[in-house]
Amino acid sequence: METALQTKTLTLVQAITDGLDTMLGESKEVILLGEDIGKNGGVFRATDGLQEKYGEDRVIDTPLSEAGFVGAAIGMAVNGFRPVVEIQFLGFIYPAYEQIMTHASRLRMRTMGHYTVPMVIRAPYGAGVRAPEIHCDSTESLFTHMPGMKVVCPSNAYDAKGLMIAAIEDPDPVLFLEPMRSYRSSRGEVPEGKYTVEIGKGKKLTEGEDVTVISWGAMVPVAMKAAEEMKQKGVNCEVLDLRTLYPIDKDLVIESVQKTGRTVIVHEAHATGGTGSDLISLINDEAFLYQKAPAERVTGYDTPVPYFGFEDHYLPTPKRVAAAIEKVMKF
Amino acid sequence: MEKDFPIFQVMDQNGNIVSEEYKDLVTEERVKKFYSEMVRIRTLDRKSISLQRQGRIGTYAPFEGQEASQVGTALALDSEDWMFPTYRDHGAATVFGHSLRNILLFWNGRNEGCVPPDGKKIFPPAIPIATQIPHAAGAAFAEKQKGTRNAAICYFGDGATSEGDFHEGLNFASVFKSPVVYFCQNNQYAISVPISKQMNSATIAQKSLAYDIPGVRVDGNDVFAVFAETEKALERARNGEGPTLIEAMTWRYGSHTTADDATKYRDQGESALKRMETDPLLRLERWLKNEGLYDEAWVKEVEEQAAAEIDAAVQEMEKFPKADPAVIFDYVFEKPTWTIEKQKREYLELIGGEA
Ligand SMILES: Cc1ncc(C[n+]2csc(CCOP(=O)(O)OP(=O)(O)O)c2C)c(N)n1
Repeated sequence: METALQTKTLTLVQAITDGLDTMLGESKEVILLGEDIGKNGGVFRATDGLQEKYGEDRVIDTPLSEAGFVGAAIGMAVNGFRPVVEIQFLGFIYPAYEQIMTHASRLRMRTMGHYTVPMVIRAPYGAGVRAPEIHCDSTESLFTHMPGMKVVCPSNAYDAKGLMIAAIEDPDPVLFLEPMRSYRSSRGEVPEGKYTVEIGKGKKLTEGEDVTVISWGAMVPVAMKAAEEMKQKGVNCEVLDLRTLYPIDKDLVIESVQKTGRTVIVHEAHATGGTGSDLISLINDEAFLYQKAPAERVTGYDTPVPYFGFEDHYLPTPKRVAAAIEKVMKF
Repeated sequence: MEKDFPIFQVMDQNGNIVSEEYKDLVTEERVKKFYSEMVRIRTLDRKSISLQRQGRIGTYAPFEGQEASQVGTALALDSEDWMFPTYRDHGAATVFGHSLRNILLFWNGRNEGCVPPDGKKIFPPAIPIATQIPHAAGAAFAEKQKGTRNAAICYFGDGATSEGDFHEGLNFASVFKSPVVYFCQNNQYAISVPISKQMNSATIAQKSLAYDIPGVRVDGNDVFAVFAETEKALERARNGEGPTLIEAMTWRYGSHTTADDATKYRDQGESALKRMETDPLLRLERWLKNEGLYDEAWVKEVEEQAAAEIDAAVQEMEKFPKADPAVIFDYVFEKPTWTIEKQKREYLELIGGEA
């Protein structure tokens, strides 16, 4: 017999707090580190109240030193802890890039499994909130390109909590990307207590026969809006929320493309070397002959994310997505 | 360690000269110059906060309380020197000659804001913490190689001293004797993290020992102390003696940025008290009063002038032509790559006349 889980309505950022809270409560191995995460509760309040509840030894305000605390977290992870570090904004992860690339991601391989790094790196990302420059980067493919890292990116509250718990329980390092733009604008029913959303599994948001539209994180609402607009014009889109960027849910993508024969990929990261390129090569490998049109990408441009005075010109809009959908329909 | 690095003062908080050696530095003319520059940048700061609240600029980083540090350093520079500011040092940049309009454009999310006036060597404000510290080591090294007597000043906060770039930059500058002044405004907080949780050392100045360069602490609210130590460090730099680390003890009255709420982690009573006791402007006012030189009409005139100048800059900023989306594509490379050309063409076509 199943008992219905109690749920509550949470924003995406509250769901993250809830996930962290659940895991801090469950295991002493879980430990949070980062700048301003303690008394201040994080600049986005993602760790609000957690230091009060669990103490300064488990929710640690670190010195301003990304390489330092990510490196230290690697040391904690090899020695029995499950650290969850917060990078204040993804654009400030670069000082720690060396630690992630040269150590966190490959320690298991180097030691044939003797040492492992069960660590989560949380990072708010993305443009569209009028933040100063460099606070808006969406450079996930620097990490999907990195062997040994998993990369997840929830678009809603339910997935955020479920993926957070899964990431903390994952035996390998996980980069957990949080769409800043959806932190408070996305709100949903979230079960109380513990549940997981499996890493490596995407989700079909709408059924459609004409075009597969693939996106993640803050671009999911943009893709959905375009799909709604196209529906008025008689085009039925199958919108997929990828949720995990590495490893990609191959079956979900391929099944859908085999059905529709047309693909539009929407991401705010730069076009060149973006995850869109990976998706297209996957589709070419697995569903080449099903395609009725070349896949289209709607992405941020190959320019640094511009200052906020221009960010509306940089970010994919429903209009740009709709134009791409029309293009693959007309091909 | 703290006693090895005493805090240097020229003028105490009551406006009395406490450093005999420097008493000639303090003239009426200089006091008035320093005072009016501090009024000017404080006016800019307050205006910017109110513009942000009205949605006329984006997130803004205020510096009220740190005026003496910024004015004292900027006025010590020669016009050929380099300046490497952070997001909180636009006061110093203004005093050094950055255009007010461009500073406001920066806070309005426009690229033009990073362009210094012709002939001025001012780097765009560093947004990531500490990354400008090695740049200053390099730019200053280049001046030395070119055989000039130009130097560089590099600003950063207390939090920045925890980053690797701080140590790597200082080490580089010390090995190659780069003519650079490293100027730390220790406002005692990195967002919410107090200095006691940032580092275990008693002072920042003592970190100079590791690189075998001079390290000094100054009262960062004493514009004369800041000016004198900066001049001394610049002179050393110009003479080929290498970098100096200056730690200016100061305080920022307000929040970290307009997106932050300091009441969450800081007792605001402490700020209010510091404002009454150690405010850098009040200190000069007290000196003027002690000397019988305080002139209310003059102060009023200085304030009105500053307000008028800043209002004019705000108007310039707001009248500035609307953002041309082509700009985001045009300056990535000298010649755009085919990818960028294609993206630009497609985007401009899509938006048609609507941009
Ligand atoms: C590499 C990096 N990490 C994190 C941040 C976010 N951040 C911006 S300012 C700041 C605190 C800086 O403190 P401090 O160096 O003392 O300078 P202050 O702002 O007090 O002038 C932090 C953590 C950043 N900008 N860059």
